[in-house]
Amino acid sequence: MATKKSGSLRMEFTKGIIRENPVLRLVLGCCATLAVTTAAGNAIGMGAATTFVLVCSNAAISLLRNVIPGKVRIPAFITIIAGFVTIVQLFIKAFSPALDTALGVFLPLIVVNCIILGRAEMFASKNKVLPSILDGLGMGVGFTAAMLCMGTIRELLGAGTVFGIPILSHFMEPVIIFLLPPGGFFVFGMLVALAGKLSKEGKAPEGVGCAGCPLAASCSKLTEKETCTKNMENWEAAE
Amino acid sequence: MDGQTIKTLVAIFLAAILTENYVLNKFLGICPFLGVSKKLDTALGMSCAVTVVMVIATAVTWPLYTYLLVPGDLGYLQTVVFILVIAALVQLLETVLRKFMPPLYNSLGIYLPLITTNCAVLGVTMLVLEKGAADPSFGYLQSLVNAFGSGVGFLVAMVLFAGVRERLEECDIPETFRGLPITLVAASLVAVSFLGFGGVVDRLL
Repeated sequence: MATKKSGSLRMEFTKGIIRENPVLRLVLGCCATLAVTTAAGNAIGMGAATTFVLVCSNAAISLLRNVIPGKVRIPAFITIIAGFVTIVQLFIKAFSPALDTALGVFLPLIVVNCIILGRAEMFASKNKVLPSILDGLGMGVGFTAAMLCMGTIRELLGAGTVFGIPILSHFMEPVIIFLLPPGGFFVFGMLVALAGKLSKEGKAPEGVGCAGCPLAASCSKLTEKETCTKNMENWEAAE
Repeated sequence: MDGQTIKTLVAIFLAAILTENYVLNKFLGICPFLGVSKKLDTALGMSCAVTVVMVIATAVTWPLYTYLLVPGDLGYLQTVVFILVIAALVQLLETVLRKFMPPLYNSLGIYLPLITTNCAVLGVTMLVLEKGAADPSFGYLQSLVNAFGSGVGFLVAMVLFAGVRERLEECDIPETFRGLPITLVAASLVAVSFLGFGGVVDRLL
């Protein structure tokens, strides 16, 4: 029993790193992933900040899961998350102003990162504290690892450096477009394709990770509307 | 309002659409950009709703921050206050639309709940304050124009991309790239085309 339990706890931690990697497999939090990965160092800073918020908010929400009424749970979750984001913001502003400038508006925007709200809704609001903390930690590490991977590639190709240390710059001119927005989309696309190829299903996800989003219920109305218009079009074509 | 002010406002509006496009240059609002851009009409509905909420959110949060949080030395509450104000506003807007304008609710209302956690909306309310801090002449009116321009920029990007994706559906794509990867590569190419606008607006002034 005890071994089974610790095994499942380990599973909660490791699933986020590879099998359910939030960025490359679940495709959550793409804005932050694309925006701050112009340098490997920024990616780690953002990853650490998000991991802290994820672990703390998962723990707090899991503790409060029987107190928060179901109807107002989303605003309650958002308030809890915003509180922790403010803590991180003030901390980074005080101890690493350079990182604060580099991350800019994306630091407060952690509050709308769908990984955090998604984990709160899908996991922390249904599970005990310890598994929730491990789930948050695993997802955070997976998020950081994916961003670090992207940040390293973009910095290496776009500036010829990794963590600011020149590596490629002796051999070739840096390809600046990798630091610009198009390069971000491109590298992300390549990594998602690669992760899909290596995964068990052997293919990349269809779209962004709506399943993990707490607003999926209202989004499904959208899909309904889409199928509805499609049916209408088919029907009109048949006429 | 003199000619110079109008000129600046036009420049702010155009810059928000072309050179500072929220989706393609600033990576804000990527989720709806990738998720809802499959069909032209849903893309259009979503971006109209985003534009409306962006303008209303900025109209409310700007005075709230400038006249309440800053004098009270409560600037650090920005994140908490803004997200709650936006969530409440979206809820209010949905209720009002459902009660008074059912046709509009049917076409836009379903997108509204999705906008609460849209980073483009929270992003615009914070970025206009950042711009205002850097340049004192960037006031309330400029912020509103910027918010409206950002919404229109979002709409332009969504509509352009919906067109690209409709073409993609008929293409023969290598199996590994089917689904999200090819969408991202297409987004990359659309973003390259927007790089071409760099510097256009500066020349206007």
